[in-house]
Amino acid sequence: MTVDNQKTVEKAIEMVNITKTFGEVVANNRICLDIYAGEILALLGENGSGKSTLMNVLSGIYAPDEGYIRVYGKPVSIRSPKEAHELGIGMVYQHFKLVDVLTAAENIVLGLNENRLVDLKNVRAQVKQICDRYGFIVDPDKKVYDMSVSEKQTLEIVKLLYRGADILILDEPTAVLTPQETEKLFAVMRNMKADGKSLVFISHKLHEVMEISDRVAVLRKGCYIGDIATKDTNPQMLTDMMVGSSISLNIERPEPKDLKERLIVNNLTVIDKDGVKRLDNVSFTAYGGEILGVAGITGSGQKELLEAIAGLQKVEEGSSIRFISPEGKEEEICGKDPIDIYNLGLGFAFVPEDRFGMGLVASMDLVDNVMLRSYKKGKSIFTDRKTPKELAEKIVKELEVITPSLSTPIRRLSGGNVQKMLVGREIAGNPSLLMTAYAVRGLDIRTTHTIFNLLNEQKKRGVAVIYVGEDLDVLLELCDRILVLCGGKVSGIVDARHVKKEEVGLLMTQLGKEATA
Amino acid sequence: MKNENENKYNEPFIRISKRGIPLPFWKALGIRAVALLAALILCGIIIFSIIKLNPVNVYVAMFEGAFSTTKRIWVTIRDTMMLLCIGIGLAPSFMMRFWNIGAEGQILMGGIVSAACMIYLSKTLTTLPMLLLMLGFSIIAGGIWGLIPGIFKAIWNTNETLFTLMMNYIAIQLTAYCVALWENPIGSNTVGIINPRTRAGWFPELFGQPYLLNVLLVITLAVLMYIYLHYTKQGYEIAVVGESENTARYAAINVPKVIMRTTFISGAVCGIAGFLAVAGASHTISTSTAGGRGFTAIIVAWLAKFNPFIMIPISALLVFLDKGSIEISSRYNLNDHVSNMIIGIILFFILGSEFFINYQVKFRGRRNENIPECEQQCNTKEVEA
Amino acid sequence: MTQLIALLQAGIMFGTVILYGSTGETLTEKSGNLNLGVPGIMYLGGIMGLMTTFYYEMNNPNPNKFVCLVLAMVSAFIASMLGGLIYCILTVSLRTNQNVTGLTLTIFAGGFANFFGGILNRLAGGVGQISVATTSAAFRATLPFAKSLPPLLSMLFGFGFMVYLAIVVALLVNWFINRTSVGLNLRAVGENPATADAAAINVTLYKYLATCIGAGISGLGGLFYVMDYTKGTWDSGGGIEGLGWLAVALVIFSSWNSKRGIWGAYLFGMLYWLFFYIPNLTRRSMELFKMLPYLVTIIVLVFVSLRRKRENQPPGSLGLPYFREER
Repeated sequence: MTVDNQKTVEKAIEMVNITKTFGEVVANNRICLDIYAGEILALLGENGSGKSTLMNVLSGIYAPDEGYIRVYGKPVSIRSPKEAHELGIGMVYQHFKLVDVLTAAENIVLGLNENRLVDLKNVRAQVKQICDRYGFIVDPDKKVYDMSVSEKQTLEIVKLLYRGADILILDEPTAVLTPQETEKLFAVMRNMKADGKSLVFISHKLHEVMEISDRVAVLRKGCYIGDIATKDTNPQMLTDMMVGSSISLNIERPEPKDLKERLIVNNLTVIDKDGVKRLDNVSFTAYGGEILGVAGITGSGQKELLEAIAGLQKVEEGSSIRFISPEGKEEEICGKDPIDIYNLGLGFAFVPEDRFGMGLVASMDLVDNVMLRSYKKGKSIFTDRKTPKELAEKIVKELEVITPSLSTPIRRLSGGNVQKMLVGREIAGNPSLLMTAYAVRGLDIRTTHTIFNLLNEQKKRGVAVIYVGEDLDVLLELCDRILVLCGGKVSGIVDARHVKKEEVGLLMTQLGKEATA
Repeated sequence: MKNENENKYNEPFIRISKRGIPLPFWKALGIRAVALLAALILCGIIIFSIIKLNPVNVYVAMFEGAFSTTKRIWVTIRDTMMLLCIGIGLAPSFMMRFWNIGAEGQILMGGIVSAACMIYLSKTLTTLPMLLLMLGFSIIAGGIWGLIPGIFKAIWNTNETLFTLMMNYIAIQLTAYCVALWENPIGSNTVGIINPRTRAGWFPELFGQPYLLNVLLVITLAVLMYIYLHYTKQGYEIAVVGESENTARYAAINVPKVIMRTTFISGAVCGIAGFLAVAGASHTISTSTAGGRGFTAIIVAWLAKFNPFIMIPISALLVFLDKGSIEISSRYNLNDHVSNMIIGIILFFILGSEFFINYQVKFRGRRNENIPECEQQCNTKEVEA
Repeated sequence: MTQLIALLQAGIMFGTVILYGSTGETLTEKSGNLNLGVPGIMYLGGIMGLMTTFYYEMNNPNPNKFVCLVLAMVSAFIASMLGGLIYCILTVSLRTNQNVTGLTLTIFAGGFANFFGGILNRLAGGVGQISVATTSAAFRATLPFAKSLPPLLSMLFGFGFMVYLAIVVALLVNWFINRTSVGLNLRAVGENPATADAAAINVTLYKYLATCIGAGISGLGGLFYVMDYTKGTWDSGGGIEGLGWLAVALVIFSSWNSKRGIWGAYLFGMLYWLFFYIPNLTRRSMELFKMLPYLVTIIVLVFVSLRRKRENQPPGSLGLPYFREER
């Protein structure tokens, strides 16, 4: 294959017939992928397409069941991350591999055993060199638990470069960055590419793929679909390759009607247990019959907002959250915990971000999970399993949940089916307020649209829906209004039908003019 | 990797992965049986090499030690019930992932208050009210002993493994204090059999059997605990809290209350075990009343996956081994610590066998093949079907 | 004053036993393994040291002091290491639960040690009759000038060599963990094994080595107990076991820092023996006093969980298993 000036460029990596199964799931199915020196290759695919698995094979975390790898023409077997490092392959994971209680320099030098005694002077000098060369900013003596998400990611990349990586794999790096930080990342990526390094950029954000990559390779359901030069393609074509058939990006958005005040939040302030102010004087109103989106960079306070409303987060004096039932009854719920809220019978539903860590019990079966919010019903000391069982059957049928049986432990279901059970359960209680956090994160397109339809149904029934999401395109197409959080403050509340994406992006990074002081 | 021939390729030798579909019940049981057998064979080899005795004779002797006379059978049953009782007590704690290592102490607390009743109230109460009172006090004493670490865990997330461990030793010292207080005869540092003539506070014989009451009491507890854990709302709460505190709070479960309630119950049942030991078995109190069974029961509960009914055969096995070893130690002039050695080896094997039940091991032969050209990309239609 | 010195002396002797135990277990726990088999491992150290020197002295009319020492220490260390190895094979390679495995090890090793201890007692003619005179004397040999010093110093310099060795080992382990590259890697393994793995550190190897060497060090505590503390006999009262649990407690008391463990160990020792040196206590009250070390540990435990300073927290993955292929 030739790139750029008709010169044959070296293949840095050749992956041949890589196959990897987990139990019954075939994550990689005879995949062949080439990576050239000095290119930025985007690896695209829906969740479950196998891109993370494939890169984990390349970086030595997983051993393939079948298949071979060649590095600069030489066949190799990569049995551990150590061997990957020796071959110059390094990966920056979505969940950072850093030790919190150590400093940046200690993390960089971890596992290298260059000297018997830990000598950080040398490390600091080399780190400075790398930073200057590519344009990073890293403080070698800062403890990781003091670092921001973006700083940690930078540290991860510098760590790889320090160890002489020539082939760097970045797994969804921009998921946690602001647009400005993303630009900075792209700049250093271009510097590294100019230096001859190969970069693999895993993402499903098409506009970024178009902006930064030279070539795009697409996986779908564990198979390699094909690759194409970025300049020869466009988002629609890529979506077709990813999804297999033309699905328009259209999300239905019925006009809101008959809006009723449902939740009035005033001066909500939250300080977390480390003393950091996570929400600062947040005020807004959510109406029954509309979908209110919440946008913001990860960590702007979305999590604290929903948890405060649900009663799972302590709030400061002066905050007020008033809930008005469809019948008009008003209740101050600020400061109440979930037990009180349950006893008030207010009809909240909450689909949390952390599915297994909060919304579901991984080891229990479908029926026990469906029971989670309603198990207290009735005066008997015994649990009633009949009603939840019927409900579980209903959810499985109506939402087309794929599961061996109702008594399968829920952790064995795939991501999309898990989420369908979770959302189905929350909706089943006929709530008047439905809050969802990152409801479609990591789901395939079909399930995603099923969830959107469910949300729209609730909206049509007069439920107030609060949708916290990270994909601006979805927020702009699904929601009626969007509340933008920036650093814990309300940066602005905009009409989703008439606002431009860049405006929202800007509000996410700096406080808008209408922001409350 | 260095290769002489560029196209040769070496595969990793062993691949370990978790089973996606669990093994059928009988296969899992089979693997455990094989492990048990292997352990017995190993023990046999050890016994033979050290003591130069025929292991089969030794095992037969063990069997006789546990089962040869009716009296012995009942003693074996009595001690099985004791171990089972402790295991039942540990089940709720462990389901909540609260590592209660303090059963020894909770047993002793139940034992102390039972002995106290027997000593101080022997003249004032008849059997039934006395026993009921002792039962009640044991529940409270054991319950409190379990509750104290529970409170600290619930409110300040204090590590329970260590706390409960230390509570054991405090309980042992309290017991030593009481033994010194009640010693009979003076200066012997033992309490001796309490109320040998009046038998006040002793479990009465039922249908002529001295230990039938023990059996009834513990089996009832087993049934109650099973129902409690699997069919009641409180049992459900325990399971949710054990899985994830966040999930429990989300589900409007009062987590501190559940922790405290469960640790109390756990300690209370272990306290009942102490009552059982004092009133229903040895009729005395000493620092060895628990005798390490609080620790053994942890393993029983774990192996039974916290199911009270599965704990029955496991407790029976351990008690059998214990009794049998005492027999062979007296018959062949060894000391009875050999039982702990044998139990330890068997447990090692059974624990190890869990690996083969939960994971599968694939062996790869070393392959040196030439790498073929890339095959056709997979047929996507085939996958979607 | 002499009482105070005597208390200090008793405290240091007692403390040395647990210091070995806790130093070894600190090293183990830094790798993420919570080894509740420490009491059992200390049993192993004690009994192996005793058995090997017993046979050596029985079969050699003129036993060589130096050989006795080396034999005892090497056999104790190796036996304890084997205990640690069993623990590792089960918990790291066969993925069993750490608490249950550790307790099984304590049960097994206790049985093993008391069994052979009982046999030795019988061979020697009764409990307390075992005579490994040469070895025990070698362990208890003191510095020659110690006796001629004033009382406090005489006591401080008058211990057997293993007391001072315990301090050296504790300091060495502390230095190793905090100042060497390998120690840094070990800390990462215990905090966040996934990270260590991605950093190309062989997690399995580190866990094995830390646990086995840690077990070996703990076993020396059992050896000291037998040879110096009880002067060369086998006490079947289970004394080692209680000390083993105190060693586990000390690890937490000292926040996984073996340097701090030194004075913590001596403190525990003095608290334990306090009852003996208080005049006019009834036998009953003495038993209550013996509770002190355990009570103090609980108080410290609660205190630490309240303050929550990050560097004093247990290693992040303590008690949790790590496997790379989890999906």
